[in-house]
Amino acid sequence: MSVLEVVPKYPREKQVMINVNGDEAVAYALKQSYVDVVAAYPITPQTIIVEKFSEYVANGEVHTEFVAVESEHSAMSACVGAAAAGARAFTATSSQGLALMVEILYIASGMRLPIVMAVVNRALSAPINIHNDHSDAYLMRDSGWVMLFTENVQETYDTTIQAFKIAEHPEVQLPVSVHLDGFFLSHTLENIYALPDEAVYEFLGGARKLVKTKVDYFAEEVDYALDPGRPLSLGPLALYDYYFEMKIPQIKAMEYSEKVIKEVNEEWYKLTGRKYGNGLVDPYKLEDAEIVIVAMGSSAGTIRSVVKKYREKGVRAGLLRIRSFRPFPRKDVKELLENANVVAVLDKGIGPGSFGALYLDVVSTLYTSKSRPLIVNYIYGLGGRDLQPVHVAQIIDKLLEDLKRGYIPEEERLRFIGVRSS
Amino acid sequence: MSSPPAAPKVPHEIIIFEPGKKYELPLILNLRQLAEQRKPALLPGHRMCAGCAAPIIVKLASFAFRGPTVVVNATGCLEVATTIYPYTSWAIPWIHNAFENAAATASGIEAAVKALKRTGRLKYDYIDVVVLAGDGGTYDIGFQALSGMAERGHDVLYILYDNEAYMNTGIQRSGGTPKFAWTTTSPVGSAIPGKPEHKKPIAEIMVAHRIPYVATATPAHWVDFIKKVRKGIEVNGPAFIHALSSCNRGWRHAEELGIEVLRRAVDTCYFPLWEWTPETGYLLTDRSLIIARNPSLKQPIEKFIEVQGRFRHLLRPENRELLKALQEYVDATWEDLLKRAVNAPK
Amino acid sequence: MGELKSWKELPLGAITFRLSTDVKTGDWRALRPVIDQNKCTKCLLCWLFCPEMAILWGGSKVQVNYDYCKGCGICAHECPVKAISMVPEYEGEAL
Repeated sequence: MSVLEVVPKYPREKQVMINVNGDEAVAYALKQSYVDVVAAYPITPQTIIVEKFSEYVANGEVHTEFVAVESEHSAMSACVGAAAAGARAFTATSSQGLALMVEILYIASGMRLPIVMAVVNRALSAPINIHNDHSDAYLMRDSGWVMLFTENVQETYDTTIQAFKIAEHPEVQLPVSVHLDGFFLSHTLENIYALPDEAVYEFLGGARKLVKTKVDYFAEEVDYALDPGRPLSLGPLALYDYYFEMKIPQIKAMEYSEKVIKEVNEEWYKLTGRKYGNGLVDPYKLEDAEIVIVAMGSSAGTIRSVVKKYREKGVRAGLLRIRSFRPFPRKDVKELLENANVVAVLDKGIGPGSFGALYLDVVSTLYTSKSRPLIVNYIYGLGGRDLQPVHVAQIIDKLLEDLKRGYIPEEERLRFIGVRSS
Repeated sequence: MSSPPAAPKVPHEIIIFEPGKKYELPLILNLRQLAEQRKPALLPGHRMCAGCAAPIIVKLASFAFRGPTVVVNATGCLEVATTIYPYTSWAIPWIHNAFENAAATASGIEAAVKALKRTGRLKYDYIDVVVLAGDGGTYDIGFQALSGMAERGHDVLYILYDNEAYMNTGIQRSGGTPKFAWTTTSPVGSAIPGKPEHKKPIAEIMVAHRIPYVATATPAHWVDFIKKVRKGIEVNGPAFIHALSSCNRGWRHAEELGIEVLRRAVDTCYFPLWEWTPETGYLLTDRSLIIARNPSLKQPIEKFIEVQGRFRHLLRPENRELLKALQEYVDATWEDLLKRAVNAPK
Repeated sequence: MGELKSWKELPLGAITFRLSTDVKTGDWRALRPVIDQNKCTKCLLCWLFCPEMAILWGGSKVQVNYDYCKGCGICAHECPVKAISMVPEYEGEAL
């Protein structure tokens, strides 16, 4: 978070401090976000989101129709139906549940439906594991969803609300997922600041507004929805003469969302006094950093504290936290890593046979950079393995050695930290 | 032969419901009145095979609609052949999501309509949600979503148009394929004579869910069909209609027999017509009720299979026992239904 | 059936933008239904059962819309008075 430069519309005194864990923060944000339909299926560690929200529904605190679907696949399917009917729709899941609904994730994006989903990141089976890593997120990497990773519970609350605004922007109209680390954030209590209900309502502009589109058989533009007044057919069969053309606007919308994510971040700053870097990336001491660690999610907090200690020792270390994984902020990453000499990209997931997904994005971004730093991939934290300060220190020490050596041998490019090797 | 006469000008129209008005279209069963007052939800120019019963099912069902209606279509012949981009044959709002989730998608739409109405944002008094799904998307891959939708009690009419195989992908067997039927994945060979398993009793399974309305129907018995669709729409909660839909490609019958073969399915008691509600129990309807009262009208199963190539092997003398087994099965299930039907003569 | 549009001209998302009435499926036919208006009792069963919505009732006469009729023959088979005959669409020698 950045230091206040302006007086926000809702300074801290006007916000409410609540003591919640990540899941509860999501549920609370939902309560305020005038959501029409929540269709969800429980899976650890997302369960508290649906449980808490069910309480709000049972107490009549929200108008939301809660659909206790019989699987995650049906959860996302119901969200697609609800969004197509004009409702603001939300779901939440993790791991196996996300894997089960992957088919529909692509459909939701292809149909340009502004659904918001909280993904409480959890490792994928086998073996079955309920703890945190990013393998489930990496699974949906190419599905056409905007993917935002949060570092702490405060950011989780903020980002959940922002997600609706980003998704429903007329030039975006894409589904958005908010990623919080399972257990590290979902089940960890934090004191966070929440806006009053009417502030969130105003920020989102009230209920979801439909966008319009033009088809040949209606003279005027019509609502992009299932409307008995102006019937449309959603989800046709497109053959090889049109499928390709239909994908381009989707890709363009994802590119445009970078701008919107930044704008919403700024707007939030003016509203609450909080912002997360420029919305896409959250840099720490990168202006003169030689050694940079790139990471996503809650580990950024640990890394930042170790970087701080090394700075005190005189080492020019820095942290680049990626907030927007999709769209991947190539321009910002390239600029911020311009002066780095050695970079370690930390991935909490890996596709065997290649590198971690974040590493691949960073390296391909830096390929066209004027000065290409030494770069390695650290795989960490699989299955909820804790990334401790001592591990981060080991990484930085090794990077210093790499720097002295001046090159990275190919067989040392993919590294693992925190795993027992003997 | 001279070139065909110029087509008369007809406005094949989109069906529009202007917001803010109350709609309660009366149920019409008179053909003249239907032709004059009702527009089909399906437009010509679709690419269903010549003689397919599915578009007839859609047309008849749409004659029973009472107002603003949204159709959810599972992947399959109907969905694919009526919406080849950039063309659509649908005169009403329509959505296709995926193969196995029509019931889940419909659940989401129904929930959205409720939420919008609750907050004063629904432009209509109500919007009816109707699912059109094939046996592919219902018996097998779509069953979970259907069962979930039924259990949660969503106010949705689910119409299964059953052509008894995965026709769109090339006639592969489904849970709805009858025993002994030839399909590409249950072919008639020297070791196995067609599909070994019986047709899953899908409508009875929906009865076991104890939803407000379940019925079987065919477009051949059109008055019965339209009445049942209307009941399914009016009932408050999930309704399920199992509609038998002939497929001249997959069943290997002559194109012009599309309706005739469905008539024979009912006449032979292969596909009895009934409806069920928790209050009334099983009630035979239309031709099946007539047959129950006049058992001499029941036709031997040959009458159904003799026009279909997918059963042709059963008419060979060496397969006499198989034909006998099939007749016995049809007889047994018919007798069982008679025992359960409240209006069958005792 | 028109020029193919570029990606910039497409509507939002995945929705169709033309009606299938532009697609004249009548050219699928091998057999054509011909209605004997003298025999026709205007019962409208052919209108009811036509899968293509290609039988037209204007209030006085039953007509076939040959733009869309695929020649399936269901109308001819179902006609209770056999007023419809299916005749070959094309005459000519087999090659």
